[in-house]
Amino acid sequence: MSKNYKDMWKNLGLKLIPHDALLEVLGKGYEDIYLTQNNRPESMAYFNFVMSEIHGLRIKELLDEKTAGRKVIGSFCVFVPEEIVLAADATLIGLCTGADFATEEVDKLLQRNTCSLIKSAFGFKVGKVCPYIESANMIVGENTCDGKKKSYEILKNLVPNLYVMDLPQMKSDEGKALLKAEYLRFKEAVEKLTGISIDATRLKKGIDIVNNKRKAIHRLSDLRKADPSPISGLDALLANQVFFYDNPVRFTESVNKICDELKKRIEKKEGVFPKGTPRILLSGCPMAVPNWKLPWIIETSGAVIVGEESCVGERGARNLTDDSGNTVDELMEAIINRYFKVDCAIFTPNPDRLDHIVEMVEKYQANGVVHYGLQFCQPYLMESMPVEKALEEKNIPTLRIDTDYSMEDVGQLKTRVEAFVELLK
Amino acid sequence: MRYAGIDIGSRTIELVVLRDGEIIESRQADSGFDPMTQAKDLLAGVEHDHIIATGYGRHLFELSFDALTVTEIKAYAVGVSALFPGVRTILDIGGQDSKAIAVNDKGKAIKFEMNDRCAAGTGKFMEIMANTLGYSIDEFGKEALKATKDIQISSMCTVFAESEVTSLLARGEKPQEIALGLHRSIVRRAVAMLKRVSIKEAIVFAGGVARNSCMHHLLEEALEKNILVPENPQAMGAFGAALLAGGIC
Ligand code: SF4
Ligand code: SF4
Repeated sequence: MSKNYKDMWKNLGLKLIPHDALLEVLGKGYEDIYLTQNNRPESMAYFNFVMSEIHGLRIKELLDEKTAGRKVIGSFCVFVPEEIVLAADATLIGLCTGADFATEEVDKLLQRNTCSLIKSAFGFKVGKVCPYIESANMIVGENTCDGKKKSYEILKNLVPNLYVMDLPQMKSDEGKALLKAEYLRFKEAVEKLTGISIDATRLKKGIDIVNNKRKAIHRLSDLRKADPSPISGLDALLANQVFFYDNPVRFTESVNKICDELKKRIEKKEGVFPKGTPRILLSGCPMAVPNWKLPWIIETSGAVIVGEESCVGERGARNLTDDSGNTVDELMEAIINRYFKVDCAIFTPNPDRLDHIVEMVEKYQANGVVHYGLQFCQPYLMESMPVEKALEEKNIPTLRIDTDYSMEDVGQLKTRVEAFVELLK
Repeated sequence: MRYAGIDIGSRTIELVVLRDGEIIESRQADSGFDPMTQAKDLLAGVEHDHIIATGYGRHLFELSFDALTVTEIKAYAVGVSALFPGVRTILDIGGQDSKAIAVNDKGKAIKFEMNDRCAAGTGKFMEIMANTLGYSIDEFGKEALKATKDIQISSMCTVFAESEVTSLLARGEKPQEIALGLHRSIVRRAVAMLKRVSIKEAIVFAGGVARNSCMHHLLEEALEKNILVPENPQAMGAFGAALLAGGIC
């Protein structure tokens, strides 16, 4: 990364020495895991560039936008509606929570039995190494799992501009009413922050941009049905990760470009791994940058990942928002309806998720499912056992993995994953 | 043609060589600090046309010796099913991990579980506990069988169990009875793991810990089922790998 970003980072209040260390680890990890892959699509070059500029050019863009009067809003969850943010000419950034950082400091704030994702969010904040957090005018926390909900009480002391959004836990009429009330309150908060009053035209435009981004991801997912798969699961995951912080319009173009290349590959029957390579559907907790551990283990154990049933993946991007309404009320209703369908494990009961897993197994012709649960993540770990049982009853081999961001268990995970892949052959 | 299988475990390395399906060579060495040198020494003078490596050191071996690899789970499933064609469930307790494997009627693994990161309930755990009680690993099981009373051991963590054992000794409890309590706690864990996978008969107990007759006895008691133990339980992985070397190459 270029040296002239140093001043920018300093002005944001980052601690340069640990920040350098972070960038080095990130760069090395990317090199070892991504750049060593064979037969990558050429158009993945865009993502190599994005990753190399993750704390550079993209931050500069955001700061330039801010100078021009735009606001930046950070979020930790796919329940924060990007349509509303874009309608107010603001930018939504998904904050990465995919690596351990400043763990000793974090241990002073959070109890041990907290999932890595939450600890990571804190680590990046207390370690002062995340330019996204520091650039944000507003950070949205949402009441999803208990871990996040309670941790926001503590995060509030570190992040004064934290806005907490309440979320329902049941897919009932009352649940929907709560989501509606909260989305309307959020819309007002965004309007207040930006000084822009959101009308139907603006909302429609926001919906369009986000829908196009989702459509590009749908197109990418669709191409992964081919055998041999034209793209690795790691690369597809990366696209799903970058979804959360790239400029949405440029992202859409870049993913569509990849899709054009993949289409040609499929016509030529080319793929990243040989035809007949065991196909895995990954299901469970979201994987934020740079959490590539499990996909990397899977794809270096003789299998290819063909889909992610995850918020960084199909759960997050599945549904489009209906844009046929003409008034703010109608469009807001459409947004609420769209998000109310997200089948996150914080809902009880949550039967849609199992249906979606089965549907994805069929759609992407997966030979087996790897269920990824972050250690201490109650919602997904609780669901993992009934999910495993239900899938096995349908003769879908399932491997349950319960892990965190440390590298301690890589050897053991590798044995388990390799053995699972052997079962699929 | 000669086919070899090598199982590079955390505690020992096993080598089995087959000719016409018959074992013509079976060797063992400690893994030591430098398993690759140990493996090389073990292979000295052994002729083979193909070799497959398994065990936790398989990938190191793959790099140094240009061999194919399989996981212990597959190797054990293949090795044990060759010896016991009716097997449906395998319990393998080795030096640093334990596994329960369900096998179908074709000898193919269909589901498995492994212990989590720590060494609780594995060979290493037993070694440390035997040591604390002043027994050799061979005496450990034999002495436990002589116990007349049960002592409940509550810790499975190696460090805590060690101090629990020390304080039981200080309280005047008999080593034999403590040993029995330790065996029981390992068996409880193994049974829980088996129940998550399968307890269909025939059940085979393999891995180095299967040589411990007290473990064998307590497992049969806990499951109320007959459990088979191969003659060389610790060599099943290498044997399976050798069979695979014969089939694959
Ligand atoms: S898993 Fe649930 S809490 Fe996490 S990002 Fe997805 S919707 Fe939000
Ligand atoms: S991974 Fe689980 S515990 Fe962690 S924030 Fe997400 S839902 Fe909560």
